[in-house]
Amino acid sequence: MIKRKLITLVKYSVLSVAAFLSVFPLLWMLISATNKSVDVIAGSLLPGAHLVENFRTLVERTDIFSALWNSLRNASVATIASLIVCSIAGYGFEIYHDRGKDFLMSVLLLSVMVPFAAIMIPLFMMFGKANLLNTTAGFVLPTISTAFLIFLFRQSTRTFPQEVIESARLEGLGELGIFFRMYVPIMRSTYAAAAVITFMNAWNSYLWPVIIMQKAESKTMPLLISDLIAGYVTDYGMVMLAVTISILPTILLFLILQKNFAEGITASIK
Amino acid sequence: MERELTPDKQKLEKMLMNEKPTNVMKLKVKQNMIGWGFVLPAALLIFTFYFYPIFRAFILSFQTGVGANIRFAGLANYKRIFLDPLFKTSLSNVFIYLVLQVPMMLFLALILASLVNDEKLRGRGLFRTALFLPCATSLVSYAIIFRSLFALDGFVNALLMNLSIISRPINWIGHPWTARILIVIALTWRWTGYNMIFYLAGLQNINFSIYEAAKIDGANAFSSFFRITIPLLKPIILLTTIMSTNGTLQIFDETMNLTNGGPANSTLSISQYIYKLSFVYSPRFGYAAAISFVVFIIVAILAFIQLKVGDER
Repeated sequence: MIKRKLITLVKYSVLSVAAFLSVFPLLWMLISATNKSVDVIAGSLLPGAHLVENFRTLVERTDIFSALWNSLRNASVATIASLIVCSIAGYGFEIYHDRGKDFLMSVLLLSVMVPFAAIMIPLFMMFGKANLLNTTAGFVLPTISTAFLIFLFRQSTRTFPQEVIESARLEGLGELGIFFRMYVPIMRSTYAAAAVITFMNAWNSYLWPVIIMQKAESKTMPLLISDLIAGYVTDYGMVMLAVTISILPTILLFLILQKNFAEGITASIK
Repeated sequence: MERELTPDKQKLEKMLMNEKPTNVMKLKVKQNMIGWGFVLPAALLIFTFYFYPIFRAFILSFQTGVGANIRFAGLANYKRIFLDPLFKTSLSNVFIYLVLQVPMMLFLALILASLVNDEKLRGRGLFRTALFLPCATSLVSYAIIFRSLFALDGFVNALLMNLSIISRPINWIGHPWTARILIVIALTWRWTGYNMIFYLAGLQNINFSIYEAAKIDGANAFSSFFRITIPLLKPIILLTTIMSTNGTLQIFDETMNLTNGGPANSTLSISQYIYKLSFVYSPRFGYAAAISFVVFIIVAILAFIQLKVGDER
């Protein structure tokens, strides 16, 4: 009995410590956003009264609004384009599958093994030639189609009832109509899951934008934050506020759509 | 397999019977063509932005020079890689991260996942949310948060000094090994919850009664974990190992923003080195492409080995 209680105690302690360590850096970020730089560096755990001051410095010294808008625009376009292209492909690979398409799918899956570092130079040269540096199209194009998303949609199409397609065909609906009017509404939760993952990836993406977003006015949030700490004197209160602003959208998205998030990550392994 | 026809299917069948066989053929061909139309845009994009560039990188790796002065260099770039101390440094750095971080993180994720999987656990949802939260943060952002937490006169040093664990503040990003350990700590914070999500999904497919039966047979929590959980999750453990290996070999955001590759390149990663060769130092696309291609081969070989080992056990 005592042994059992001890095990329960250990269990809850381990989980509590792990949960606390997971959340603490984010709490620290929130608190620091309200403090003066000196207090942040001194490790103050109490909220300060410097939030407004930090915000003013941030607005004065950086193009935070333009960076926010760039991030929002790029991530939204990336998400919408990705979802359309990859879901229709995943649907196509499953519903109309034959030898040729199955083979193509397995070829596409090989792209997962291609490290981004290995292709960034040719990509940069291609986009330079096409005059797509510093543009949303440049940001979005390489990541619209991913084997991961296509695979995710192909796997979840297996749960889509074949009868729906057959009866829709009898009603005279075209193949594209079936996809948009039947498949998309029924597969809402798969779309939600895919959207959360894609949006977060695009919002947080760093290496590709660092290479192609060279003009100040096309910088996204991760680039802005990264630039902030590169200077000689770092105003940590202001930096932490900027970090908070960049993290909040994805955290909120995560808290609201946590179930879809977990589904989106694991859907491809089912 | 015989299946009873639904009314709709019967109707369709009748319709098809009345039609001329050539029309049925035409319909099949037409649907097949539409299917190709559905998959083609995605396929073309992947060919254009993954396969063509890797092919270009391969060609580029045999060239040298910049702009109009590009010329064929044979194997010169590859020969140079073996003599390049910075390449060796960056390669050994990512392998240090790989060896120190990946097994520890995956083991931790497995333990936490099996603890949270308990249906009788109170506050289960809250624990889950807290543990998953780090994977909603951007890599650049958390790197900066950790940088401030581990600053010379920052929170962590103050805490450790108050607890009398250390007598003088540790200059985390100032020494090679503490800087590497800092990267390992940060990576573990960010990715443990992410891997937990996979294990939890896998655990849901394991019937709870197996554990009950094991308990009746006298198995304790430890032996259930090692004898039931780990063997049954093997395919998912393999998947997460491959993903983490792949991710660690490509690490960029953290080493760039947390330690900036320093001190003296002791945390420099391969991706960062390729980036610097191409965009920071005077550009050497040919040489950088050769390194890129070596990375590609290493990633492929490691994934192959892991798949082989996973198959045999």
